[in-house]
Amino acid sequence: MRAPLSWIKEFVDIPASVTAEQISDGLIRVGFEVEEIIKQGADLTGPLKFAKVLSIEEITEFKKPIRYVGLDCGEGQTRFVICGATNFAVGDLVVAALPGAVLPGDFTIGARETYGKTSNGMICSGRELGISDDHAGIMVFAEGEVTIGADAIEALQITDVIFDIAVNPDRGYALSIRGVAREVAGSLGLKFTDPVDALRPLKFAETGKGVTAKIGEKSSASVFYVRTLSNFDPKATRPIWMRRRIEKMGMRSISLVVDVTNYVMLELGQPLHAFDKSKIKGGLTIKLAGKVQKFKTLDGVERTLAPNDLMVCDDEQPLALAGTMGGLSSEISETTTDIALEAVHFCEVCIAKNSRRHKLSSEASRRLERSVDPSLAEFASARFVQLLTAHSSAQHVATVVDGDPIYPPLVTIDPAYVSKTLGFDIPAKKVAEVLRVIGCDVDEKSFTVDPPSWRADLLTAADFTEEVARMIGYDKIPSVLPPRPLHASLTPTQKRRRAVATMLASRGLAEVQTFPFTNQATIDSMGFVGERANTYKVANPMSEEFPLMRVHLVPGLIEVAQRNISRGAKDFAIFEMGSIFRSSQKLVPAISPDLSKRPNQKMIDEIFASVPAQGYHVAGLLVGKTENENWQGKARAFNWQDAIAYAQDILALCNLDWTVARSDLAPWHPGRCAELIVNGKAVAHAGELHPRIVAAYGLPERSVAFAVALSALPDSTLVRPSTVGTMPAAVQDVALIVESTVSAADVEGALREGAGELLESITLFDRYDKIGDGKISLAFTLVFRAQDRTLTGEEVSAMREAATAVAAAKFGAVVRTA
Amino acid sequence: MRVEEISTWVEDARKAFASASDLESLKTARLAHTGDKSPIALASRGLGALSPEDKASFGKVIGKAKAEIAQALAEATAVLEAERDRKVLLEEVVDVTLPVNRSHRGGLHPITIIKNEVSDFFIEQGYAVEEGPELESGWLNFDALNIPADHPARTMQDTFFIEPVESGMVLRTHTSPVQIRTMLTQEPPIYVVCPGRTFRADELDATHSPVFHQVEGLVIDKGITMAHLKGTLDNFARHMFGPDVTTRLRPSFFPFTEPSAEVDIFFNNRWIEWGGCGMVNPKVLATCGIDTDVYSGFAFGMGLERTLMVRHGITDMHDIVEGDLRFTRQFGVGL
Repeated sequence: MRAPLSWIKEFVDIPASVTAEQISDGLIRVGFEVEEIIKQGADLTGPLKFAKVLSIEEITEFKKPIRYVGLDCGEGQTRFVICGATNFAVGDLVVAALPGAVLPGDFTIGARETYGKTSNGMICSGRELGISDDHAGIMVFAEGEVTIGADAIEALQITDVIFDIAVNPDRGYALSIRGVAREVAGSLGLKFTDPVDALRPLKFAETGKGVTAKIGEKSSASVFYVRTLSNFDPKATRPIWMRRRIEKMGMRSISLVVDVTNYVMLELGQPLHAFDKSKIKGGLTIKLAGKVQKFKTLDGVERTLAPNDLMVCDDEQPLALAGTMGGLSSEISETTTDIALEAVHFCEVCIAKNSRRHKLSSEASRRLERSVDPSLAEFASARFVQLLTAHSSAQHVATVVDGDPIYPPLVTIDPAYVSKTLGFDIPAKKVAEVLRVIGCDVDEKSFTVDPPSWRADLLTAADFTEEVARMIGYDKIPSVLPPRPLHASLTPTQKRRRAVATMLASRGLAEVQTFPFTNQATIDSMGFVGERANTYKVANPMSEEFPLMRVHLVPGLIEVAQRNISRGAKDFAIFEMGSIFRSSQKLVPAISPDLSKRPNQKMIDEIFASVPAQGYHVAGLLVGKTENENWQGKARAFNWQDAIAYAQDILALCNLDWTVARSDLAPWHPGRCAELIVNGKAVAHAGELHPRIVAAYGLPERSVAFAVALSALPDSTLVRPSTVGTMPAAVQDVALIVESTVSAADVEGALREGAGELLESITLFDRYDKIGDGKISLAFTLVFRAQDRTLTGEEVSAMREAATAVAAAKFGAVVRTA
Repeated sequence: MRVEEISTWVEDARKAFASASDLESLKTARLAHTGDKSPIALASRGLGALSPEDKASFGKVIGKAKAEIAQALAEATAVLEAERDRKVLLEEVVDVTLPVNRSHRGGLHPITIIKNEVSDFFIEQGYAVEEGPELESGWLNFDALNIPADHPARTMQDTFFIEPVESGMVLRTHTSPVQIRTMLTQEPPIYVVCPGRTFRADELDATHSPVFHQVEGLVIDKGITMAHLKGTLDNFARHMFGPDVTTRLRPSFFPFTEPSAEVDIFFNNRWIEWGGCGMVNPKVLATCGIDTDVYSGFAFGMGLERTLMVRHGITDMHDIVEGDLRFTRQFGVGL
């Protein structure tokens, strides 16, 4: 919202000593962020005069059209200037900068030779004067709008300060000069004159029958004014001051009638809509569109109405998309003489829906959906009649009204609540005083507060507390630490995540964070199928390229690896921790419990259960060499064992026991993927990536990866350590020949099972695969120890044989003799 | 055997040890002056043949002489061993400045580091760290936070919706639903911080990212005031930006707080918008079943990317989201 200082000053007595920065600071203090202070005309000096175009000589020998223009600048003789614009004709009035003038950008105007002529000045566009972005052509005025030879800097009110203010959605009233001026006055302790006060006594004579007003859809509006005017001369000129104010607000001046509706909206905050009365069949009714139909808005766009769109209709058809935009068929035209002006206090949500459904945010809808002072339907429409009749031949015919304004309710508050909330003492008297500044009536005995008509947002003690706080100043709030619990700590899950991340980081992996979006092509190329491929879809994705939620962390790591490789990195290891979004449950329509109290436990449970579980994973991708190569020599490439080792280290760090199994899960190499199992559940996979994926994504050959479902890991249990044995250990080596398809982990498991409780450790110390005949040799060291005695040779042999017997029975292992 | 003769042996041994130039010649001298055939050894062996009186007096003299010779030998050995060590160690000198660490440099993502740092700060103040799902119920993300369906406030946050849209599921637009979950499942007093990933349909540019992180704080207790909020933010700001930083609260609007404020910090000689905060709106407390006659609370929220960028002078969001190792590795593990 823009607000020119010159306009604010109309309603606030601002001493000349108050600077723009002080006003801006005041606005910020009371909650209005000033995004920019625009000092218009600060870098502009005259002479700048209005001039009449007397003659135009077209010069055609140059690449672009050039005009040599004769101007009457009120100097008693014709002044000739060169001009590159063509949007004017003989008889038009323009703005001329005379030699000696300095335009924004330190552009000094002088008499100069150009295009073979002497140019004695310049005809200016709004942009050249620094007062608009419009550079389609020079500024043109009609006869009667401006005076030849008059100082244009003064007439165009160029020298001004414009505040560009961010208005929060709860302060719709401040989308008007009236509202901003009130805040300026309140923040600086200055006197404010409400422009509405001057409108209250206005009465207009009824001279005939006016267009009727009817609120058909009762819940959509509280009050509906239609004011009918006639005898308007469509050739009426626009007062220059009004036009300039509209332009300073960032809008375009269009025609007198439209300008007056906009001017009143900007001044007071009430959107108005003027219809060409001759296009209205019968009266005006606010009602729903009722059926799907085509409707052309005045921006020329043909829209398809939904049955629930709120419309302003005549007896035959919709004429305006209520509170949002008028229709093309009934707009004010160059021939309009009779006018019906609509001013309505609409329900906020109705307009918000209209605007949202048609993706059409207009100056009107922006205000109406943020709530407008309900008294303004009457006063703003009166202001329209006042201005239009004063500046044209138009005459008031009749005013018709349906409904009554509904004002914000009275609220009784406890003034002590304010102090209790803010944390410092504010006497009740002061609370009342501040609330009066913002327009409330306060009964100090009962502390019943009557909020002003424009503050429908003031409903609770908390709302009034904010008003008191901002007017007193948030800087008055003391700084005190709250009482706090004596202790807190991270949860075991949080500690685990941190330990895993720190372990990986300290082992040479760099953490990355990727966007959790993916697409079907990626899911397919990874080879994910079934429930590992199902995910949720974003209805309005950032990019149609990535509409799905990720089902795995590895694809994101691959993308980051590709980026690093493209930037020259060769050998590196990266990891990511985060949520994945496999669609574990069907999403059901949401329930919306009443908000005024805590929902019952069943509803709370239902809401929590409606949110699908989102697994928390850690994954790593290792590409290239395990170490940087340097003077010490070459390094080896990462291999499947490195990936599996990292996955196992993570489980070990969490103090869990696991078993390893062969797996063929995507996206890994079907023969080089390990599955780690904890409590019978597969919680991690690691190994070499599928060669097809490695090739498709341009990764170094034999890149490896691991993924651990951290959220699937059981909690660590309290450690109950076994007694440390001090008796001597007995060491036995066994070598077993098995089929190469038999897993080492299975053989080891069989040996453990057979060896019995005195087995302390088992280590695979050799694996020999050159035996041939599809067989391999696995050699293990078994360490036995008893707590209470030195084991005898016979005992140890018996245990060794028991161990190999299980391996033989389960996997056909044959003891290899030396 | 004469006493004078014995002192000569001691003197001879001393001279011989002293003149040994290395450990080898010292060994020869040792054998000559302390070995089986040395005069002192022979004299020692001859003691047995002497009269008891002579045995006593000569024995004493010989014992003293032996001790002196041993002392001289030890001294000479120490000198020569030191000499030998010096030579050997000199030969074994290497260039310890050679690059020896071949391992890849790892590190935590700076957002993880700052998230941990914020969490630790609040844990030390007695706050628990609460987390919640990223794909979240719209009721928890909006309605329960007093953001009704058609309120303009909902368009303040460009939301990613999940299909089917009737499910109301969204990618959470802030970490505030974690506050609602906490209030629906725990009894006051509540002191929590909620760090986490959040989503808004903003294009990725130098200062915005559709995927970003927030940390929010929530306190619900008896007698909590806006002064407590200010104190907490001052403390937090000093921890994050140094002891000289000052904060400023500015009136603002959030549906879930009333009064609401923006918190600015004065850092590097300018005011910078840091986050939003306010007293928890009694409507929100009521929805969560918290007795507003007994309890009040405050909440605040900051963007972690923004905090990181301001504090470390990072000017391009792309560096934070792209995962270029050259960027990430500079942060180590945040120690």
